[in-house]
Amino acid sequence: MMAFLAEEGAQNPLIPDTAELVIGLLCFFIVFGLLGKKLLPNIQKTLAERHDAIEGGLERADKAQAEANRTLEEYKAQLAEARHEAARITEQAREQGAVIIAEMREEGQRQRDAIVAAGHAQIEADRRQVTVTLRQEVGRIATDLAGKLVGESLEDSARQSRTIDRFLDSLDGSADAGAGAGAGAAR
Amino acid sequence: MSAHTLLAEAGCHIKQDCGFPAPGLHSFDFKPIFSIGSFDFTKPMLLAIICMLLVVGFFWAAFAKPKLVPGKLQLVGEIGYTFVARSIAREVIGKKGDKYVPFLTSIFFFVWFMNIMSIIPFAQFPPASRFAFPVALAALVYVTYMYLTFKTHGFRGGVKNLVWISGLPKPLVPLIVLLEFIQNCITRPFTLAVRLWANMFAGHMLIVMFSVATWYLLTPTWLTAVSGGSFGLAIFMTAFEVLIQFLQAYIFTLLASIYIQGAIEEGH
Repeated sequence: MMAFLAEEGAQNPLIPDTAELVIGLLCFFIVFGLLGKKLLPNIQKTLAERHDAIEGGLERADKAQAEANRTLEEYKAQLAEARHEAARITEQAREQGAVIIAEMREEGQRQRDAIVAAGHAQIEADRRQVTVTLRQEVGRIATDLAGKLVGESLEDSARQSRTIDRFLDSLDGSADAGAGAGAGAAR
Repeated sequence: MSAHTLLAEAGCHIKQDCGFPAPGLHSFDFKPIFSIGSFDFTKPMLLAIICMLLVVGFFWAAFAKPKLVPGKLQLVGEIGYTFVARSIAREVIGKKGDKYVPFLTSIFFFVWFMNIMSIIPFAQFPPASRFAFPVALAALVYVTYMYLTFKTHGFRGGVKNLVWISGLPKPLVPLIVLLEFIQNCITRPFTLAVRLWANMFAGHMLIVMFSVATWYLLTPTWLTAVSGGSFGLAIFMTAFEVLIQFLQAYIFTLLASIYIQGAIEEGH
């Protein structure tokens, strides 16, 4: 035993044993082959996928955030537009209302004027008719009264007409003066 | 069975008419488990194969059916993978380094698992302390380095990339060309292998030394105190090795990525 060991021990340790060299290379090639061809690419892929999943998640979140912001902006813009529109419509309505009120006021004025004018015309016509009737009546009553007083019939038409007309003319003159004074006071 | 274990089991203690069974080169030679002709299957080979199975098994369990929301094992695997991808490949090579992440990850975990074997009970031996294993890996890195150099720059550009530094004073050119050639083509792969091998070799040697001494000094005399001290140091060295194991795997991978970066960089 000791002889065997001593014999072996004399070797230079820096001379590699061929069998060990082969075994070492073989072992390494098996390790490298399996790790390099299958196992490490496997994990590389998985790590890349995980990276993607995490980064992708962040990206999706970013996208959603951007989308939300964009929608918010849109809504804000729409809201502002709607407010603007409402203000515009209100303004328009106010203007239209003012126009309508003005028109109605004008129309009312016009109708009032027309009614007043019609009233005036009616009054004037009535007055004329009354005047004519009154003149006839007053002439007849005066004639009758004078006939009774005088005791004779004043049927002499010439005289009768002259007398009545003179009387009524004087009456007219005083009435015209009165009406002119009345109109002056009314103004 | 390693030599020191056999010796320790022999039950040899101090003052029993036997010398201190000091660990040495023989501690790194193993009786073959079985032999086929001139081929001897030894413990370091078995450990390398176990490490290969462990690395593949671990990553298979973690990454065979990866989920978007990772389970515990997948999470641990992802931490390991992103450690190499970010802290080594991205940091050293940059974006172009993504292509080499599988290569670097394989190196890192294979070397680390082999190194850890140093302190696993019953295994208790780092295969990388057998020079052939670091040499195999360093040779692969070297081949990759050369391949990428000539693929990226063509033959003339590749040679220039290996030996030339622009902007040198004329008299220095021959010397620098020689030094650059030696550094890039000879010492780089050699130191890459030796660094890992020597660290694992020395670490294992120290642990063996203190373990054997602990047993050797364990006698019913005052020397038991020394034995206890030796035991404490063996524990300490084992803990220290945990750090070294990770560090050497990391450095090996880091240097591999630095070489790749040197090979594919534009200009020199």
